[in-house]
Amino acid sequence: MSSRETRNFGAPIRRNEDRKLLTGKALFVDDLEIPGMLYAALLRSSVAHGELISVDVSAALAREGVVAAYTAHDLGDFWQPGPLLVPPPPIEGVIFNLRTHACLAKDKVRYVGEPLAIVIAESRYIAEDALADIAVEIEQLPAVVDLEAALKPGAALVHDDLRSNVSAHVRQKNGDYAAAAAKAAHIIKRRFAYEHGISSPMETRGVVAQWDERAGQLTVWDTTQAPVFLRNGLAAVFGLSERQVRVVAPFVGGGFGPKIMMFYPEELLVPWASTRLNRPIKWIEDRLEHFVATTHERGQIHDAQIALDAEGRILGVKDVFLHDTGAYDPYGLTVPINSQCTLLGPYVIPAYDSTFTAVFTTLPIVTPYRGAGRQHGVFVIERLLDIAAHELKIDPAEIRRRNLIPPDAFPYDNKIIYQDFAPLSYDSGNYEPILNKALDAIGYAGFKDEQKKALSEGKHLGIAIANYVEGTGIGPYEGARVQVQANGRVSVATGIGTQGQGHFTVFAQIVADQVGCLVTDVDVVTGDTDRFHWGAGTFASRGAVVAGNAVNEAALVVRQKILKLAADHFECAEEDLELGNGEVQIVGVPGRSVRLSELAMKANPMRGAVKPGTEPGLESTQYFGPPGGATASGVHAMIIEVDPELLTLEIKKYVVVHDCGTVINPLILAGQIHGGVAQGIGNAFYEKLLFDDAGQLLNASLADYLLPTSLDVPRMQLEHTVTPSPLNPLGIKGAGEAGAIPVGPLFAQAIEDALGLKAKGIELLEIPLSPGRLWQLITQAG
Amino acid sequence: MTDSHTIAVTVNGVRTEKSVEPRLLLSDFIRHELMLAGTHVGCEHGVCGACTILFDGFPTRSCLMFAVQADGHEIATVEGLSKGETLHPLQQAMHDSHGLQCGYCTPGILMTMSAFLDSNPSPDEHAVREALSGNLCRCTGYQHIVDAVLLAAERMRT
Ligand code: FES
Ligand code: FES
Repeated sequence: MSSRETRNFGAPIRRNEDRKLLTGKALFVDDLEIPGMLYAALLRSSVAHGELISVDVSAALAREGVVAAYTAHDLGDFWQPGPLLVPPPPIEGVIFNLRTHACLAKDKVRYVGEPLAIVIAESRYIAEDALADIAVEIEQLPAVVDLEAALKPGAALVHDDLRSNVSAHVRQKNGDYAAAAAKAAHIIKRRFAYEHGISSPMETRGVVAQWDERAGQLTVWDTTQAPVFLRNGLAAVFGLSERQVRVVAPFVGGGFGPKIMMFYPEELLVPWASTRLNRPIKWIEDRLEHFVATTHERGQIHDAQIALDAEGRILGVKDVFLHDTGAYDPYGLTVPINSQCTLLGPYVIPAYDSTFTAVFTTLPIVTPYRGAGRQHGVFVIERLLDIAAHELKIDPAEIRRRNLIPPDAFPYDNKIIYQDFAPLSYDSGNYEPILNKALDAIGYAGFKDEQKKALSEGKHLGIAIANYVEGTGIGPYEGARVQVQANGRVSVATGIGTQGQGHFTVFAQIVADQVGCLVTDVDVVTGDTDRFHWGAGTFASRGAVVAGNAVNEAALVVRQKILKLAADHFECAEEDLELGNGEVQIVGVPGRSVRLSELAMKANPMRGAVKPGTEPGLESTQYFGPPGGATASGVHAMIIEVDPELLTLEIKKYVVVHDCGTVINPLILAGQIHGGVAQGIGNAFYEKLLFDDAGQLLNASLADYLLPTSLDVPRMQLEHTVTPSPLNPLGIKGAGEAGAIPVGPLFAQAIEDALGLKAKGIELLEIPLSPGRLWQLITQAG
Repeated sequence: MTDSHTIAVTVNGVRTEKSVEPRLLLSDFIRHELMLAGTHVGCEHGVCGACTILFDGFPTRSCLMFAVQADGHEIATVEGLSKGETLHPLQQAMHDSHGLQCGYCTPGILMTMSAFLDSNPSPDEHAVREALSGNLCRCTGYQHIVDAVLLAAERMRT
């Protein structure tokens, strides 16, 4: 690349997509207005567990403005339990009882919020009115809410045909924990409870479906993170060919995981009703519905132990945990497998023995939410190390340092299987410099003095530090098509959905560098299956890694085509040419240049013979599939002040040092980390899904389930180290989830430190904490 | 069956007359009757602030009002914020500071904080955070939004 060529890759480029969003011109699903459109509303179970005796929609049908109302019995053969989204990984001895939901409950209800009927009406208001007309008879059964009670003999069964409430049972091990424990100087055993909440994107879910009978074409606009998957799934259940179904994920107002479950009942019911009524139909979830109708992540209980030598080196870890999977398990084992794998962190753990049981409960379905179970595992290992540090009288940062995987040990094989079915192997990393940077930035060395001084003024300061790794950018593959158009603009299409990650800009940066145009001259399309119909979706921090590399491959081929054509044009060697400013120029000869627009037209001639084997246009479609996930890592550090009476806290300083390989756009990366930390703070201290014994969610509104506000999230200081991934040509690793993962243990550690809880024999072994919960824990102990 | 009322509302400087059901939410009226879909709804129960508009110049949650209550009043929405192709200084600063990700909360934040800047030309960070605290954003962690508001304030002063 010559000096005239630009380098947008790595620069803090402002986003291409902003203008539309800032001026109110971006299309979100609920913005669609189609003539003749009808509106759907769903009646949902108000009971967590019961035999469904009857659902009578006749009074609803009689209401003026109601066009149709359907129950499970009206669906005929269309009524089917849904597909398994992610099959269980090939682990020896795995037990997996697959029970997926149908779009409307037929014989039994299994969680509050499970759909019972759908009403279609001339307006949303009428559709919602009509829900009150429906008569439902349910014979209530005991709810299954508590994970341990659910496994006791005699517990009510969520799925009667299974003999227990076990959804899955998996054991993975490496080395011999018993032998490690036998030679250990110290063994620490604790029980941990970690709950993650609901992702709660600011836009709820929505589906608009339009069946066009004349064209034989079904179009579905959906707030999905995986439009191509959904298109394939819809084609299968409707018996259509894939090209008859178009799924569009337009601008989507945040996702964070749950917008990728397939199928949500509405994703089937709304298109189905559209084919029956031959009218476009819109369904938009309201916020109260969202709390039960969109998936959660929720809780795990870990009984964990760590064996250490006298110097605090880990000899082994044993963990047995329960995982709440909710009423159905369409997402397979992704969340608990992530917990199992991510527990290992950046540490050398010679012996590991981990067993989990996923448990059916009569609560909403659990699927991944940003972090996707990684938080749970990180909490366990980080807390175990904190306790070990205290008992062995080693500094918490020092015990972590002693156990880090050394830089020459990569690729590092953990000898267990990850969620992508590949062995859990860390591709690259260099952990100690990250820890050092974080300790420097937070002022670790001088903190003890600061803390003493503050305490003498009645202020309770606490410090914390936590490590994590994050498996990112997993396969299978993504693709992209890049094309130089006749007006000189470059179009890029890829199959992933986008929910604010800046894909319109980062992909444009990659392309602009390859073809020599402005970032603002690149138009990126994501999430429209008619524009690009191959791909998997946006999850597991993989968009930038996998699709980004596909974009790069396609842009490289287009670059070669441009050079070849321009060399023909000038009758010179390709080496004598350089790309930039939307044109190709002969090196050192200003004025001897040709615009990309002109070359694009030349590549698509109207007359004249074309050589056999040539393709028209400056266009290429390429695919990229990484051999394995790229492992990002980092350290968060925090100083807080806790009010010892009210147990409220203020974050004084927050530092993130992160290594996600080569950075495409530091501005966008910072945004991803800020947002992740904010969600982590919510998870650690504010957000708890509160269910009663009957399985009712008690805080299903944004007034009661507290998302962090601008007063709760501090200014953060971000630092980076760069260890490029060898698994993809751009060297990038994903960054979408890193901010959220280690915040729980950070809070527990900092609060213990601020209030001197360890000295009082109080340990914080659960998340979320809140002032109320802290008060209970402290007074119970005292 | 439904009784309807004719209301006259001035929206972004343009007077419109429409006949509406008394129970129609102002947010739905703006989005689905006036087709100004830039105003978003995140909760429809008054907490998230996404639906914020200016009602007679004051930031107001349009999901907590009925359309009929707007009869004879003036409304400003995000669509009216820029002057032609020129973005409002806060819109520009949001772009420059990367103050939006999915952009769903953005219109409400622009309406809340542009009104805030009109009455607080030199806010400090804490004042900005206080003013912003009624608008939920799930993507950004707020830091870049705070930066944007401070940057806009600085640019608007000079
Ligand atoms: S939609 Fe009005 S405040 Fe949330
Ligand atoms: S940018 Fe997504 S909610 Fe604020």
